[in-house]
Amino acid sequence: MSDKSEQQRLSVFKTYKLYVGGKFPRSESGRVYEVTDSKDKWLANAPLSSRKDARDAVVAARKAFGSWSGATAYNRGQVLYRVAEMLEGRKSQFVHEVADAEGLSRSKAAAQVEATIDRWVWYAGWTDKIAQVVGGGNPVAGPYFNLSSPEPTGVVAVLAPQESSFLGLVSVVAPVIATGNTAVVVASEKSPLPALSLGEVLATSDVPGGVVNVLSGRTAEIAAPLAAHQDVNAIDLAGADDVLAKELEIAAADNLKRVLRPQPVDDWSAMPGIDRMTAFLETKTVWHPTGSLGASGSAY
Amino acid sequence: MASAFDYAPAPESRAIVDIAPSYGLFIDGEFTEAADGKVFKTVSPASEEVLSEIARAGEADVDRAVKAARKAFGKWSALPGAERAKYLFRIARIVQERSRELAVLETLDNGKPIKETRDADLPLVAAHFFYYAGWADKLDHAGFGANPRPLGVAGQVIPWNFPLLMLAWKIAPALATGNTVVLKPAETTPLSALFFADICRQAGLPKGVVNILPGYGDTGAALVGHPDVNKVAFTGSTAVGKEIAKTVAGTRKKLTLELGGKGANIVFDDAPIDQAVEGIVNGIFFNQGQVCCAGSRLLVQESIQDELLDSLKRRLATLRLGDPLDKNTDIGAINSEEQLTRITALVERGESEGAERWSPACELPSAGYWFAPTLFTNVTQAHTIARDEIFGPVLSVLTFRTPDEAVAKANNTQYGLSAGIWTEKGSRILAVANKLRAGVVWSNTFNKFDPTSPFGGYKESGFGREGGRHGLEAYLDVR
Repeated sequence: MSDKSEQQRLSVFKTYKLYVGGKFPRSESGRVYEVTDSKDKWLANAPLSSRKDARDAVVAARKAFGSWSGATAYNRGQVLYRVAEMLEGRKSQFVHEVADAEGLSRSKAAAQVEATIDRWVWYAGWTDKIAQVVGGGNPVAGPYFNLSSPEPTGVVAVLAPQESSFLGLVSVVAPVIATGNTAVVVASEKSPLPALSLGEVLATSDVPGGVVNVLSGRTAEIAAPLAAHQDVNAIDLAGADDVLAKELEIAAADNLKRVLRPQPVDDWSAMPGIDRMTAFLETKTVWHPTGSLGASGSAY
Repeated sequence: MASAFDYAPAPESRAIVDIAPSYGLFIDGEFTEAADGKVFKTVSPASEEVLSEIARAGEADVDRAVKAARKAFGKWSALPGAERAKYLFRIARIVQERSRELAVLETLDNGKPIKETRDADLPLVAAHFFYYAGWADKLDHAGFGANPRPLGVAGQVIPWNFPLLMLAWKIAPALATGNTVVLKPAETTPLSALFFADICRQAGLPKGVVNILPGYGDTGAALVGHPDVNKVAFTGSTAVGKEIAKTVAGTRKKLTLELGGKGANIVFDDAPIDQAVEGIVNGIFFNQGQVCCAGSRLLVQESIQDELLDSLKRRLATLRLGDPLDKNTDIGAINSEEQLTRITALVERGESEGAERWSPACELPSAGYWFAPTLFTNVTQAHTIARDEIFGPVLSVLTFRTPDEAVAKANNTQYGLSAGIWTEKGSRILAVANKLRAGVVWSNTFNKFDPTSPFGGYKESGFGREGGRHGLEAYLDVR
């Protein structure tokens, strides 16, 4: 190709859309907002989600919860790994978006994206191990067999970190769904494009529609109805500042949502540990008589 | 119906307990009066006899106790785990030595039968201290990373239904992990916590490590809201739990809540009926039904409804209600007049909404707070008595046809603490247990507890687990 033809070619812009219930709707409000790069250059118009979008996303996440939480851990691991495969193939797109979003050089952005893909693979490998690590048999002093196992808590609202648009995002989304929860994710307000593109990756992998739902817009505006929503079981406040976090935590108390308060994270690329998985797990302990005779002389 | 055999009275002697006419707050290793001199009386629910007059902690006292706990925290948390363990082992041993005394005391102050305090509460209290004592020097191996740190001062608020057991559930893991404690017992049952203060003295526990502040809801609120408390643990009603969650919002205080429940006890048509009946009785009439994980909703497969209910009614007619200190007593007194009023109102609501009420012939003592074991049939999911926690000896009976229907009905509640499954079919137990949204599932048994086993709820039954390895997390900085 000659230089001349490159100059003449006009690039095709992408219309960024939400990812809800496996589909790509625009905001029902019809609103968008300007997304700019670190030098205030226009990048795209992202959907400015409304309260209604948030509620729709909760409905989709609830609908997906039964089959996703009921899938075998092995199957969830396979599905998550498939996402990593898809991400690998689209690496250059994400490097481009992360570089723009965070004002990084190409090589630094590439390092972020690679760390993100590796993070996703790491969580893919956790799905069928977390139950062994945090659950197990309890040596009760009686003729009983009893077993504690972790279970997903349900629909989790995730406020993605504001600064780390992709590595931070994946670091809070992957643990939630690896353990069988479904998620309503509020993308970084200033840098939502990598999150919206992640939706496209999820749609073309094997993640069932509704397991992850991605909203863009004003974090405070979208988070308020999520924190107050009676059908949301938990909320990760990573992307909220202290004032907003307190407000949301109070709203979340109304149905005793599990709340993960904002934790200062200096370096998202550091090994995360299992806290973000256990934060949204319940422990169920099941008892059964062993059949050996108890003090009562009865096997029951 | 009069029982076939009359039982001669078999009262446990109360001479073993020496209750002083008045008690102070236990702060920094000393008993002391409340700063504003306020007191309240604690009565025996079985007789309305005043047992003692207790100092009532106010805000100034809370502040003093938190300061004492903060001061003690440095040394206590710096002790080698093996030394902390020895203090807890000492406490466990002293609890065992004094268990008869404590059982009688608990029965007097709470109204529950001596059979239960003697055979359930006290052995479990000792077991919890033994269990967590052993953790104190093994925290590196608990799965929370190397060298997990204590949080600091724990503010703990406990209920009146298992006063000493709930104290053990709170204090044992807190001390094992190196935290210090300010604990508020319930206003109707402060005595066993004050006796526990004496046990701490006998064990030589350093001053300020455990502080006991009897009082009402305002004392609890002051404790939960105190800026120098690092950890809040509460067991009690869901309504209060929500208030506490709002209070600690925006702070760094770690919070665990053990709240209400509306447990479903599901009986399938192939269940061992006699054992199921025992389990149902145990599930809802243990401790007069004043149990957060009580099996207060009986879900019976329709085909065995008549057989099961006949059997259940026959069994209920043999329960003996009366003097809690009598070793033959199955059903003791309701803990307070306030609680009795609440139970009565909900039962009247059940009748007015059209459910059918039944109780065995049952004579209630003339003094004290009593409620006959009661069951309701013709209950639907819309009835108040099928939705609200009654916290009394009242069982609502619903029916189902298929396992799916049983699961749907069992899960149709904002609570998620406990559930029971009765069937001979192992695969059905596993399938149903899997689908139930509850923190504890008892199959072919009910209301079993053990210090090695995590306990706690899903949904609005609260968050966090007490007991077992899981129970340590609430008192450790695991991040």
